[in-house]
Amino acid sequence: MKLILKIWRQKNNQAKGELKTYPLDGIEGDMSFLEMLDILNEGLINKGEEPVEFDHDCREGICGSCSLQINGEPHGPDRLVTTCQLHMRMFNDGDTIIIEPFRAKAFPVIKDLVVDRSSFDRIQQAGGYISVNTSGNTIDANTIPINKHDADESFNAATCIGCGACVAACKNASAMLFTSAKVSQFALLPQGRIEATERVLNMVAQMDKEGFGNCSNTGACEIECPKGISLENIARMNREYLGASLKG
Amino acid sequence: MSILDSKIPKGPLADKWTNHKNDINLVNPANKRNIDIIVVGTGLAGGSAAATLAELGYNVKTFCYQDSPRRAHSIAAQGGINAAKNYQGDGDSNYRLFYDTVKGGDYRSREANVYRLAEVSANIIDQCVAQGVPFAREYGGYLDNRSFGGVLVSRTFYAKGQTGQQLLLGAYSAMNRQINRGKITPYNRHEMLDLVIVDGKARGIIARDLVSGEIERHSAHAVVIASGGYGNVFYLSTNAMGSNVTASWKIHKRGAYFANPCYTQIHPTCIPVSGDHQSKLTLMSESLRNDGRIWVPKKKEDAEAIRQGKKRPIELSAEERDYYLERRYPSFGNLVPRDVASRAAKERCDAGFGVNKTGEAVFLDFASAIERYGKEQAAMHGNHNPSEVEVSKLGKEVIENKYGNLFQMYEKIVDENPYETPMMIYPAVHYTMGGVWVDYNLQSTIPGCYVTGEANFSDHGANRLGASALMQGLADGYFVLPYTIGDYLANDIKTGKIPTDTKEFDEAEKNVRDLLDKLINNKGTHSVDHFHKKLGKIMWDKCGMARNAESLKEAMSEIRALREEFWRDVKIPGELSELNSELEKATRVADFLELGELFAKDALDRNESAGGHFREEYQTEEGEALRDDENFMYVAAWEYTGEPGNAILHKEELEYENIEVKSRSYK
Amino acid sequence: MAILSSSIARKVAMALSGLFLVLFLGQHFTINITSVIDPDTFNSWSHFMGHNILVQFILQPVLIFGVVFHFVMGLILEIRNNNARQISYKSFKGNKNSTWASRNMIISGAVILAFLGLHFYDFWFPEIIHKYVESNPLDATRYYPELLHKFESPVRTGLYCLAFVLLMLHLWHGFSSSFQSMGWNNKYSKGLRAFTQFYAIFIPLGFIFIALYLHFIQ
Repeated sequence: MKLILKIWRQKNNQAKGELKTYPLDGIEGDMSFLEMLDILNEGLINKGEEPVEFDHDCREGICGSCSLQINGEPHGPDRLVTTCQLHMRMFNDGDTIIIEPFRAKAFPVIKDLVVDRSSFDRIQQAGGYISVNTSGNTIDANTIPINKHDADESFNAATCIGCGACVAACKNASAMLFTSAKVSQFALLPQGRIEATERVLNMVAQMDKEGFGNCSNTGACEIECPKGISLENIARMNREYLGASLKG
Repeated sequence: MSILDSKIPKGPLADKWTNHKNDINLVNPANKRNIDIIVVGTGLAGGSAAATLAELGYNVKTFCYQDSPRRAHSIAAQGGINAAKNYQGDGDSNYRLFYDTVKGGDYRSREANVYRLAEVSANIIDQCVAQGVPFAREYGGYLDNRSFGGVLVSRTFYAKGQTGQQLLLGAYSAMNRQINRGKITPYNRHEMLDLVIVDGKARGIIARDLVSGEIERHSAHAVVIASGGYGNVFYLSTNAMGSNVTASWKIHKRGAYFANPCYTQIHPTCIPVSGDHQSKLTLMSESLRNDGRIWVPKKKEDAEAIRQGKKRPIELSAEERDYYLERRYPSFGNLVPRDVASRAAKERCDAGFGVNKTGEAVFLDFASAIERYGKEQAAMHGNHNPSEVEVSKLGKEVIENKYGNLFQMYEKIVDENPYETPMMIYPAVHYTMGGVWVDYNLQSTIPGCYVTGEANFSDHGANRLGASALMQGLADGYFVLPYTIGDYLANDIKTGKIPTDTKEFDEAEKNVRDLLDKLINNKGTHSVDHFHKKLGKIMWDKCGMARNAESLKEAMSEIRALREEFWRDVKIPGELSELNSELEKATRVADFLELGELFAKDALDRNESAGGHFREEYQTEEGEALRDDENFMYVAAWEYTGEPGNAILHKEELEYENIEVKSRSYK
Repeated sequence: MAILSSSIARKVAMALSGLFLVLFLGQHFTINITSVIDPDTFNSWSHFMGHNILVQFILQPVLIFGVVFHFVMGLILEIRNNNARQISYKSFKGNKNSTWASRNMIISGAVILAFLGLHFYDFWFPEIIHKYVESNPLDATRYYPELLHKFESPVRTGLYCLAFVLLMLHLWHGFSSSFQSMGWNNKYSKGLRAFTQFYAIFIPLGFIFIALYLHFIQ
């Protein structure tokens, strides 16, 4: 199929960027979106132009490197997939595809479609862990049985890949879904309860400090999340936060 | 020839590790503050090591090329992690895990290392649960297990199909805690491009900041390489796009021996290649073989009809199907080790029974499992006479609960519903058992340079069993290296900070700058991918699932020629002082082009078949791998001399005192 | 106000003030609907509300504070949220993943605020002047005729109806959203959501009915 690509090009963080148009031919439905970009880049290199920079690594939907706002939606029009797993069969011959970086004040553009998501790391560093030393001398793993439902819920929250689609989709560029997923994972497990108060206070404080917006419950994040992380996590974090604030 | 000292402690196998820990030197907590350690790679092996070393009090710097430590490719491991917990009461023990691993590795691994691995495996599970890793649980609230290939017990702990993700996020959280304490300084989007050796000891690295392009000097008292495997030498593999051999190769060129490069694992259950545009292959977890049955049609006509789309697989009756693994290996069936399953698939496809357009795919069928689980569930719900529709619905729910994310992934890629029609799978390059040679302490032949996880030549011999990579990565990082490195660093408590303004750093930095300048100024005509794809094709065709002396010789000369062409004709757009992914790829492919030749040389040198290394000349009448224990029961450790083809072989003889060396049988 | 320094606290404050206004709306509607059923009841209830000390000097200031707070906080949040994305997308398809109402609370809110201005101009200021500036004698029967008088104009009636439509949209998202903000998302949420949506439609629709009824009976 033939496509018209409109891609955000920006030399570096300081430069002003713009959308540039690239026609592309010979794309097949079985290709992934990133393979389509590979073909574009191969062509650009052969023509002596600079290829389009974009983040990607595992290409199987789990590392969370790939991003891209495709036709106005993070990770494109398909649901429950990352860009690397988005296949070109979702598009039609002759389509125009607008490709932009994830946009948020807390995700500054590095180059072209590559953004800096280290704000996510800093939120995790603020409290996204259980303070246990790796001596190997903890209690036996089966000492504390955990209700299967809680364990499953915790797992579901823990499947967040930290791609930033929630921020990109949110009209307020809010990172509540991301932050709440980690808060929830630990809040649901007995071993995580011990530090629950400090964790939620510190992580939310860091989230605010990074310049993410406020949640206004539009639900866009949940719809666009490639891992289907639920809004319930945000409610849980709100609850945890209120409880923690009252405890002081 | 043999300057290789594996430093295996004396004494009975089961006591070696405990005795060793009691004997080695320790560093006093106050002195640890004065010691710096560099960790390259932040996957399971690197992340866990960095976190633990920082907890102990060392100052740690971590390096990864990704934008966050959480993106290391350990995250993509799906199926599970082994541990000899014997929670299922099915007779598991440290010895059994040790035995299975040595046997699975086709008797080419180091006994003492494997036993230590089995010994600490149980600790890993305790540790991860304490960290909040949400492993799968049973209704009673206790941890669940499943089975993996090559074993007769259920010892695999898992978190749906995302075990690697959960374990890596556990290690990442442990790192974050130390970053928050200021004990780890993370250098993300940085790539190590050389090792600095001062007075014969590893004392630092040269790294490139991938965003600004700046070349940086970092010093330390010890350097840990945990940068993963080199499967991407095949271009198409289940590795991440950025996975590379560069860190390992740079230390190899600085004096670390590279062991058994030809031992590569071809994973039997991957989504088949769909076209030339393909950039990577996607794994379907081995755990699927717990419930999926592998088959091809019995008759060639049926296979042809399916290939042409004239027949659908579900139209074939059970009698018309050849469940070839169950037929050939009745006792292990679909759960034979990966190398055996892969070769069996290749054998059927080569014989003309392949089932996709290219004839390079076999079926993985869940219909029986859906029926079995459906009936079980119906009975549990008190329905003893369920209809077919009810059984199918209930069965599919169980399958979805177990493998939902894998099935979804398959459907997105292939555009077929695997609940309704069997999956198509084919072997693909997955893991490399070979790697940098290390002694019992995980130290390479360069003092102060340690190598952990997939990057070392590891504990897996010639073939790794499923769910053992995660086990090894975490064992190395959490429980082995933090002890053994102390023994070395105990001599460094008075050294003080290592200065970076020395001639050794000057030389290494110049080395890196020259390399980069050469690449960027080359102004050739072909992109890096062009060469990488060519290299991959040579590797797959001539050093792949089956190799012979002639193909390997051709591979060596073709790779050499390709390498020359690369340096003559590669084209890198952009500049040095900016984010430039083509330049990053070029530095990695340049190293693959050298490694590839050593790989072929090693495969040519090993005149036997063992595990993942299958030489067509050495097989039994039934087509099974034929080892030559008399002549090849050794680790081949290669010393770099300037040209990969001229590498010098050093042998570490393998001794088996606690296990009887037999020919491997899964029948 | 230190507690309002975090994003979640601000959300909760927004939710609480919103819920308070939702309650007030229900009460307002209950009194107004009597104007359609029985003007005498309307007069007597209005008189009570207008002259009860508790209502006038405690509830009324609280209500005004609630409205102002909800508005000011909404504005602060809007500004902060706009700051969180300084370069906007060339292409942003919000309708693919969220409702118009949820994304445009500032618009529906601004329209409602403008309406409140009109409403104060129409009723509250004249009432305050009548009672406290001019200190007119008590008259428990003046409310209904005054009400009728306001709905004579088709333009004003139309403006009222328009504002109620926007109120509907504001409530459609805001009412149920306030529970999520306060951390209330569980198995009862589905039922609660249905109730809030019913309320979001029923109350504004009721106000529209009253406005139109009063307009057309004249």
